[in-house]
Amino acid sequence: MSDIIKQSLTELVENIKNKKLSSTDVTKAFIDRSEKSVELNAYITNDFTSALEKAKKFDQKPNLDLKLPGIPMAVKDLFCTKDIKTTAGSKILNNFVPTYESTVTENIWNEGAILLGKLNCDEFAMGSSNETSFFGNVQSPIDKNLVPGGSSGGSASAVAGQLTPVTIGTDTGGSIRQPASFTGIVGLKPTYGSCSRYGIVAFASSLDQAGPMAQNVKDCALLHEVISSYDPKDSTSIDFKRNHYSKELTNNIKGKKIGIPKEYRVDGMPKEIEDLWQKGIQYIKDCGAETIDISLPNTSYALPTYYIVAPAEASSNLARYDGVKYGFRAKGENLIDMYEKTRSEGFGAEVQRRIMIGTYVLSSGYYDAYYLKAQKVRKLIKNDFDEAYKKVDAILTPSTPSSAFKIGEKTNDPVSMYLNDIFTVPVNLAGLPGISIPAGHDTKGYPLGLQIIGKAFDEQNILNIAYAMEEKINFKNKITDWWIK
Amino acid sequence: MSIDLKTIKHISKLARISVDEQRAEKLAGDLNSIFDFIEKLNELKTDNVEPLTSIAETTLKLRSDEVKSKNIREQIIKNSPQDNEDYFVVPKVIE
Repeated sequence: MSDIIKQSLTELVENIKNKKLSSTDVTKAFIDRSEKSVELNAYITNDFTSALEKAKKFDQKPNLDLKLPGIPMAVKDLFCTKDIKTTAGSKILNNFVPTYESTVTENIWNEGAILLGKLNCDEFAMGSSNETSFFGNVQSPIDKNLVPGGSSGGSASAVAGQLTPVTIGTDTGGSIRQPASFTGIVGLKPTYGSCSRYGIVAFASSLDQAGPMAQNVKDCALLHEVISSYDPKDSTSIDFKRNHYSKELTNNIKGKKIGIPKEYRVDGMPKEIEDLWQKGIQYIKDCGAETIDISLPNTSYALPTYYIVAPAEASSNLARYDGVKYGFRAKGENLIDMYEKTRSEGFGAEVQRRIMIGTYVLSSGYYDAYYLKAQKVRKLIKNDFDEAYKKVDAILTPSTPSSAFKIGEKTNDPVSMYLNDIFTVPVNLAGLPGISIPAGHDTKGYPLGLQIIGKAFDEQNILNIAYAMEEKINFKNKITDWWIK
Repeated sequence: MSIDLKTIKHISKLARISVDEQRAEKLAGDLNSIFDFIEKLNELKTDNVEPLTSIAETTLKLRSDEVKSKNIREQIIKNSPQDNEDYFVVPKVIE
């Protein structure tokens, strides 16, 4: 059974469809692996008992026309799951059991998949290392004491460590692509409006998107096809014609024009990243596509803009956690005292920091100087991409300015932590799709990723480019199973 | 710019998060380093730039105003930290 966990989602689906494997076989294998992997701390809540029951039930009357027939899957604990505790990695939601299901997870179960459990993440998805979770940090399957990235760190760790065949994360400033890059897997942040935000614990509503994380590009395309849908329950969901992303996947990218933005060559970027990027450019050319030097002049303003817009929206979204209707409540001498103590005891340090930044930039007298300014710069950043896409079909950049760092290395310096997202944040600000694919290793043997950024709604194109590059790169993740006793 | 302890106290009041002296000092330090970094935006002239208020350039769809979830009182009350039959309970607000 040990080879089951090594199979890709596409292989598992095929093997279940032609009855070489049952859903029970597959579900058992991933539960077994997950139970042996407690040290990774990838799960906050497991649902193994009922997963096994669901698998047996599926096998009694298998519907093999579904896209994910009897496939077990763990998901980030930011997605509301009916009757299963959903914490967002926070003490304030430690006892919250949703009475409804997020649209994205509902789409997954409707295609036959089975919930394995809820995966650890940074508290309210605020973090780049999965160290801000109330439920403890997540270990990377790449190396002990290495961060898996964040905020979808449990998701990245679970896919790379083969605890789940694929998963979904959320990405507000890089929370899918950065951990994917750190753990040697594929992660897609779709166009804003492609996947419904209904039932996802909100962080920054104009930036948040759910997306797939997988071992390879084809699996990623298949899962994206399942989760992307128009949803009237999310007023920013967009009704556009969605592709059959996995069926239409092709490695023929001949004649495509790929932009190389000079502003992504940042000061102090390690030579390894530059070399990786050059290698990526060569792969693009080997695939018969063309690279073109482009300029995204306002790139260096993206991160400061993000650290106004995202905390501002977060401070507003997180105002709902007041200890009244659900979640944790602290004792207070009166109503106001109860609110203040609940939020002080219920939120962790990073979340409080961001609420404070957001409250400040929206407060009377500072709104124009900060929030309005940031919205204007956001427009300039989007204009940069619009201008570039007159000349190119997609853009190639590194996913992160470095490989994964050690647990504790950046926790005392928020700004150095924020700098991790320097290449991913502009994509969220412009609402575009971006995919990170593993492209090599640094001298320490840690994975490094390349990012392909597309035009809005052009997921098929960046999936195709990723698919073509993946074949050339032939990346092998170095998972030593260090945590298995 | 510099965010002092008085400002931290003011923001924490607006944000409804109680902050003791020790935390206030730590927060002031953190926020100052973050705002030093944010100040970079002032290098840019943006007088004639329209602010981006919505990333998706679509107009919101209209829908009829119908009640879709009925009789879910129990579900809504289920997660409350303190309740009394059909109501949420909060500390006394009227003397």
